[in-house]
Amino acid sequence: MGEKLLMKGNYALAEAAIRAGCEGYFAYPITPQSEVGEYMSVHMPENGRVFLQAESEVAAINMLYGAAGAGFKVMTSSSSPGISLMTEGISYIAGAELPCVIVNVNRGGPGLGTIQPSQGDYFQSTKGGGHGDYRLIVLAPSSVQEIADLTYLAFDLAWKYRNPALILMDGALGQMMEKVEFKPYNEPERDISWATRGKTPDRDTNFITSLWIKPEEMEQVNLRLQAKYKEIEKNEVRYDAYNIEDAELIIVAFGLSARIASKSMNLLREKGYKVGLIKPITLWPYPYKILEKLANNERVKGFFVTELNSGQMVEDVKLGVNGRKPVGFYGRMGGMIYSPEEIVENIIPFCEEIGLKA
Amino acid sequence: MKTQIDPNKYEKVFEKTDGLKNVKTHYCPGCGHGVVHRITMEIVKELDIQHKTIGIAPVGCSVFAYYYMNVDMQQAAHGRACAVATGIKRMLPDHYVFTYQGDGDLAAIGTAETIHACSRGENITIIFINNAIYGMTGGQMAPTTILGQKSSTSPEGRNPQRDGMPINMSEIVALLPGTVYVERVAVNKPGRVRKAKKAILKGFKAQALKKGTSFIEVVSNCNTNWKMTPVEANKWIDDVLLKQYPLGVFKDETGL
Amino acid sequence: MAKQKGMVVIDTENCKGCGLCIANCPTNTLGFSENFNANGYHYSEMKQDTCIACQSCALVCPDVVITVYRLKKEKTV
Repeated sequence: MGEKLLMKGNYALAEAAIRAGCEGYFAYPITPQSEVGEYMSVHMPENGRVFLQAESEVAAINMLYGAAGAGFKVMTSSSSPGISLMTEGISYIAGAELPCVIVNVNRGGPGLGTIQPSQGDYFQSTKGGGHGDYRLIVLAPSSVQEIADLTYLAFDLAWKYRNPALILMDGALGQMMEKVEFKPYNEPERDISWATRGKTPDRDTNFITSLWIKPEEMEQVNLRLQAKYKEIEKNEVRYDAYNIEDAELIIVAFGLSARIASKSMNLLREKGYKVGLIKPITLWPYPYKILEKLANNERVKGFFVTELNSGQMVEDVKLGVNGRKPVGFYGRMGGMIYSPEEIVENIIPFCEEIGLKA
Repeated sequence: MKTQIDPNKYEKVFEKTDGLKNVKTHYCPGCGHGVVHRITMEIVKELDIQHKTIGIAPVGCSVFAYYYMNVDMQQAAHGRACAVATGIKRMLPDHYVFTYQGDGDLAAIGTAETIHACSRGENITIIFINNAIYGMTGGQMAPTTILGQKSSTSPEGRNPQRDGMPINMSEIVALLPGTVYVERVAVNKPGRVRKAKKAILKGFKAQALKKGTSFIEVVSNCNTNWKMTPVEANKWIDDVLLKQYPLGVFKDETGL
Repeated sequence: MAKQKGMVVIDTENCKGCGLCIANCPTNTLGFSENFNANGYHYSEMKQDTCIACQSCALVCPDVVITVYRLKKEKTV
């Protein structure tokens, strides 16, 4: 078994990336994730890997493009405004179908915002952010252990589908110290026959591009991408379910919010409410099906979404529930975090509204 | 009518390199890109480095360079060629990595990436095609458009009060300690083409030294958007453009 | 130095008729053909047998359509 360590989330992320065989890390410092780069600056070279602090997030994501296009396992990390700068590059990476891992340690926005934790980048992460019809595989850890585990997974999914994978966490998780166990990492086989490593006589040139000037060709590329996304939707949905067996109310929350909401669920159960929790781990592909299933269950009277934003994931919950049951929402913005009690105080009136009694 | 050449009497002294793919380019008649593509790929073949060369195509007229150059290539977002090249070169330090960029790509939207790649002394070769105009988008003003030069967004000629001054990239990057070799060449005459090839060759050779960035600015034409014939355009380079962009070696610490 | 004798072969179908080879030929060997190629360009062709295999045309040709040949020197005993 692996060793148990007490580690900050940001360090655990960096360490997990190294253990997952990350060969190159390119990034620009930004709070609240600068520890990732600091850790990588020491431990990547120690392991014979490449670390480079870029001149900007724009440069960092394009260095990632180059290195990924040459067939290397690479990662960058940033926080909200930095991810905004990267979105052009992310669209190119998705268009050129390059595998890489991007980490967003989400802070409060819009604009320069605050350095405090937020989940305000849900739309940006899951609905695009950049231009064109593309998807990122989005993973949302809610503990330091999950940060480590999902970092392994992010690399594996990125390479399995030749698609960028994004880890969406927040400053609180990044700064939180918890015990973490790094499981042994098993490197899956990697095909790099498409990568640019120099033309050999046995093959034509490889080129990495997202440009297909003829609309007929561009449509074919899009159809191929969409088919791949369908495949990911079919295979890779992940979520955790707690107490849904007898639940009459389902809380839906991801990341840090799921941790807080889990405590709220226990408090409500103490009060006699039958509450369950769905914690999506993949924000894309989104676990619509379990929500649909629960919405079709007569026992379930409603859903309540809690997020550190103005209400973004709630739209996906509504898509899953599809009008079958009422969906309530409570959020905080701008770096403010709710307490478990605060969520409870907002859920009880919703329960009354939908006729759900303790 | 095919000319018959008697191989017993004649020897071949010049032919198209197989460093270029056997396809027709989309470039306008007379455009200098074809010449720079050719000499770059001749160098790759002569140095026998095709198997370890990776090129970066920009956004601009030469965006399709990967259809013409017979080496592995990556197409970069507008201005980001030097960052993409950095990512590749850091992972493959013994490969030859070059960017091929126009003036809008390198000297406007990508200035930060250019300057910082040169500042870090990335062991790459930057081939900078300066034709003083935006070609692909239809002849708008470039950062290198000279004062008084007409373009579709400076129809009365570039006015320094409104449009600012042209930028001389070779002079700027030569100041950076990270560059090892900086030369400005042109491809408007046969002798100049020979010199341009020598410069790019030195740039590639410099990569093996791992002493820093090589930067070759090639003053080229855009007869279509200059609204000239190819012959007039190449003459205009001599008569006008080179006054703003004098040819020469701005820095050479290669020892080659 | 005695001027060497040469010959050029032009891939007329890929010639775009830009005329740079013609303008840069020191011996006025080249000129525009009266004929068009499939793309509608008046391609370049040898007009007279004055080529000196200097390669000037090939060096400036953006479409790399020119192959240059040089007459082998007669071996004298």
